[in-house]
Amino acid sequence: MSAVLHLAAVSRVHGEGATEVHALRDVTFRAHPGELVAVMGPSGSGKSTLLTLAGGLDAPTTGSVWIEGTDLASLDQAGRARMRRTSVGYVFQDFNLIPALTAAENVALPRELDGEKGKVARRLALTALEEVGIAHLADRFPDEMSGGQQQRVAIARAIVGDRRLILADEPTGALDTDTGEEILQLLRARCDAGAAGVMVTHEARHAAWADRVVFLRDGVVVDETGADEPEALLAGEAGR
Amino acid sequence: MGAGMSIRQAMLAILERGPMYGYQLRAEFEQRTGETWPLNIGQVYTTLTRLERDGLVEVVGHGGADEGDRAADQAGSDRQHVSYRATEAGRSEVSAWFATPVPRTQPARDELAIKLAIAVTLPGVDVGTIIQRQRSATMASLQDYTRLKRTGRAATPEEPADLAWSLVLDSLVFDAEAEVRWLDHCEARLRRAALEPGRGAVRHESPAVTTAEEPVR
Repeated sequence: MSAVLHLAAVSRVHGEGATEVHALRDVTFRAHPGELVAVMGPSGSGKSTLLTLAGGLDAPTTGSVWIEGTDLASLDQAGRARMRRTSVGYVFQDFNLIPALTAAENVALPRELDGEKGKVARRLALTALEEVGIAHLADRFPDEMSGGQQQRVAIARAIVGDRRLILADEPTGALDTDTGEEILQLLRARCDAGAAGVMVTHEARHAAWADRVVFLRDGVVVDETGADEPEALLAGEAGR
Repeated sequence: MGAGMSIRQAMLAILERGPMYGYQLRAEFEQRTGETWPLNIGQVYTTLTRLERDGLVEVVGHGGADEGDRAADQAGSDRQHVSYRATEAGRSEVSAWFATPVPRTQPARDELAIKLAIAVTLPGVDVGTIIQRQRSATMASLQDYTRLKRTGRAATPEEPADLAWSLVLDSLVFDAEAEVRWLDHCEARLRRAALEPGRGAVRHESPAVTTAEEPVR
């Protein structure tokens, strides 16, 4: 099984000379289908940089980023934008919904931007909202929903059109404990259904939902738990 | 340690539900607590014998055992057929247990806190690596507890014992989470101390906390 996301020896340097900051140093990282990976580290450890590079929102100084077998450096800007809309879903701490659009319109937007007809995009949006359990809120505006409901809309937007890589930056940061757990359940279910998920979090109890936890310090991966490759686990099952 | 005490109280409390054999008692305990604190059957019978000696439980029947074997009452094989119930004194001990908070005045011995307390005072010990190894190990346990919580009978409790087990898992989750937070805190403080000489940091040949260039493994 090949990785949905592969960062190959990635470094990212901000600034030059005396003000040079090494946000990431020679990091190699993979997320496979069916796998939820948590990235933990104190602020300044490089975890947000890792997510930004994985989403193609920024480019590495050295090394390469591969999504579903494509080197992002081989795409032009339009190609990268299309890759982001069709393969990558982003979930933020503060939801980032467009306030003037309903839930269904927010979710449909990436599909419409990708040239899907309005009706088709809405149908896909309703399917995604159904999957996250809030089809009945399709015509509500963000300010008419609770934080947990808004984050569900954001997850629906991240998965609409069967995107296989979900990147989540502190997705439970603005939510209470129970609501946070519900959001993790959704991310977990999506990964169990075959997506690859990468979640940045500073909460150990939330990272514990992941198959693997990667620890970043000063831009370097210092350790990880559950490092067994999923295929190795499957082989183990078969042999039993 | 208080663990032996709490097992004794827990067994006595479970007996309030009615007379039980030792094996039943163990099964009832483990239904509520999973295999978090496994009880061996010898321990169960030793505890029952002491409770009987203290007048807190009494034998109600020798179901299954031959009358002729009564003489060999202390033999383990025979005791398995003996059923026990709480006495009046036993029931008031249970009430007192529930009525009294568990004291925190003498914290349970914490090997990790002791290990770090010693490590930070010794030159040449790489505390940063100790912290990171521990954090990975605790995180792996936390992942296991979380997996147990979201699958199996704790995820969809159907009876009180399932709910009890789910609450025990929550307790393990909170403990492990607190340990990871404490380790993060220790790491941050040691880093700060290393940057400000004279603030309590031990002088090391090599830095106290693993630097970015040196992955743990």
